[in-house]
Amino acid sequence: MSKLLKWRTRTGEKRRIPKQHTKLTMNQKKAVLGVLFVTPWLLGFIFLFLIPLYQSFIYSLNTLTLGKGGFDTSYAGFSFYRELFTKHPTFNRTLVEAIMDIVISVPSITIFSLFVATLINQKFRGRVFARAIFFLPVLLAAPVLSLENSSQMTSIAASLTGATEGGGLAFTSFELKRMLLEAGVGSGIVTYITGSVDRIYEVISSSGVQILIFLAALQSISPSLYEAARIEGTTGYEAFWKITLPMISPIMLTNVVYTVIDSYNRNELSVMIKDTAFQSLNFSLSAAMAWVYFLIVSIILLITTGLISRKVFYYD
Amino acid sequence: MKVQTEVRAAAWKIKKSLQTISPLQRAKHWSWVIVRAILITGFCFVILYPLFFKLSVSFKDRMDVYDSTVLWIPKHFTIDTIRIAFNALNYPKTALNSLLIASVSTLLQLISCSLAAFAFARLRFKGSGLLFGGVIFTIIVPVQTLMVTTYLNYRYFDIFGLIELFTGQKGINLLDSYWPFILQSITGMGIKSGLFIFIFRQFFRGIPIELEEASYIDGCSVLQSFTRIMVPNAVPAMVTVILFSFVWQWNDNYYVSLFLTSTDVLSTKLPVMWASFSLNDPLYAYLVKNAGELLFMAPIIILYIFAQRYFVESVERSGLIG
Repeated sequence: MSKLLKWRTRTGEKRRIPKQHTKLTMNQKKAVLGVLFVTPWLLGFIFLFLIPLYQSFIYSLNTLTLGKGGFDTSYAGFSFYRELFTKHPTFNRTLVEAIMDIVISVPSITIFSLFVATLINQKFRGRVFARAIFFLPVLLAAPVLSLENSSQMTSIAASLTGATEGGGLAFTSFELKRMLLEAGVGSGIVTYITGSVDRIYEVISSSGVQILIFLAALQSISPSLYEAARIEGTTGYEAFWKITLPMISPIMLTNVVYTVIDSYNRNELSVMIKDTAFQSLNFSLSAAMAWVYFLIVSIILLITTGLISRKVFYYD
Repeated sequence: MKVQTEVRAAAWKIKKSLQTISPLQRAKHWSWVIVRAILITGFCFVILYPLFFKLSVSFKDRMDVYDSTVLWIPKHFTIDTIRIAFNALNYPKTALNSLLIASVSTLLQLISCSLAAFAFARLRFKGSGLLFGGVIFTIIVPVQTLMVTTYLNYRYFDIFGLIELFTGQKGINLLDSYWPFILQSITGMGIKSGLFIFIFRQFFRGIPIELEEASYIDGCSVLQSFTRIMVPNAVPAMVTVILFSFVWQWNDNYYVSLFLTSTDVLSTKLPVMWASFSLNDPLYAYLVKNAGELLFMAPIIILYIFAQRYFVESVERSGLIG
């Protein structure tokens, strides 16, 4: 049967399309193969992404009871969402903390990674070595390794290393704070800066991929631009603001989005979502939490992309 | 000809003027070199510090911990701590499990993501732009949003109710097997698969289309042109994706703890292994914990030492840029 079908289409094609139009059939063939190549992903996208996404929203509106042979649902409306915001003891606080974490860490990670990328993009001895070290944090799992969740452990660590777990890293920003305040910088900015300085290890360890992306972007800028600018008499500082920054601004957008997404894995809220589902077995509440979180993160993403894409400069 | 010599003379003049730098400029240059060196060593120190710390602690004897004269290099060198951590983790077995999951899903992810990316880059069809938007969407949605349904999906796994039809039960339990990992990665829904599709697509777009066309003229089929032209040219992107995929799967704690409950994997065993020690001697538990973390990181660091040069070079051309 299938042989017959094949034969028929083959002859059918021959009859209908004259030989001059082979380009069209090539494109058609490509399109068919394109669909074929995308199929595995598409199947996953529909069955392991879109449907679960829809279902998780449905679950957040229903009470789920697990039985032996499966689970039953009964409609509960938005009661779980109401419970989250009005009854749940820690949800509001954790959510605000998660948002604050995004708001604080995204700018500092972006700026820091841009700075480091320009630094290691320059030519100096031991550059390969320095780069190898800077990419190391990408590979070492911060979440797994920083599981010092028991207070006992941290106290042991403290007694062991002298003052703090960081030991040599214990860089207090107290002096810096006083200095900045005396210099007349606004207190909001000062707390932001000192906060970032205190989190320097976190910032460094979570900016590996961003450094990598920025570095690739910096290297894609044509050197002739800098050459021309230097002949015109630009300083390195001006070249950074007038050439480097506009040229990498599209990547800046990518990086900011990546940093926001990457923060999913770092915060307390994702731990809470998981614990609610698998320790208190309240699947619906967990789904509701995840949806609230998702909506808020997408709002943040929309705002940031909206703000940044206004400033983005596209070369072509 | 005349213009050329003029240009050459001008270039030579510029070169000479650049060579004769004033002392002030030279001082500026050197001060920047020094500042840069300090900054880079500082950052490197911050990154390497925990590693060195763990390395030093793991080989310390308990006497050394209380000895204030011992700072980094232990006086009583011992591998007892490492041995205890090795046994507590049941290292050969758990590491093998981790390795198996990581390498299988890396391989499958590599295939599915590169094929899909090739289609998105070169084999355009109606709606492919929309589907690529779907890829970006998968990157943006947090995995936690899908967590509950993914779990229930594999707990009661069923395709269009077919299994229920034949066996009468509500789906089969795929948890505690490698199937969820295989299914997730073969369909391009594994850890950050969307990012990998994105990387591959950008890279494939950067390969000159003339190469591909030439291969068609020489009689390649589309698949052949993919395996013979695109793949060999995309080695940097491949290295990047392989390294990322392997390492993220190895480090992953989320999916593993979601899908596996009785099979031990390093990333889930690690956080709980010291709990059994902390009861009798918290200090010792701390030492063992650090040794365990060292054991956990060791394969990746060894992998990185070999792949490092290739990786760092490849990153520069990895096509992360649009």
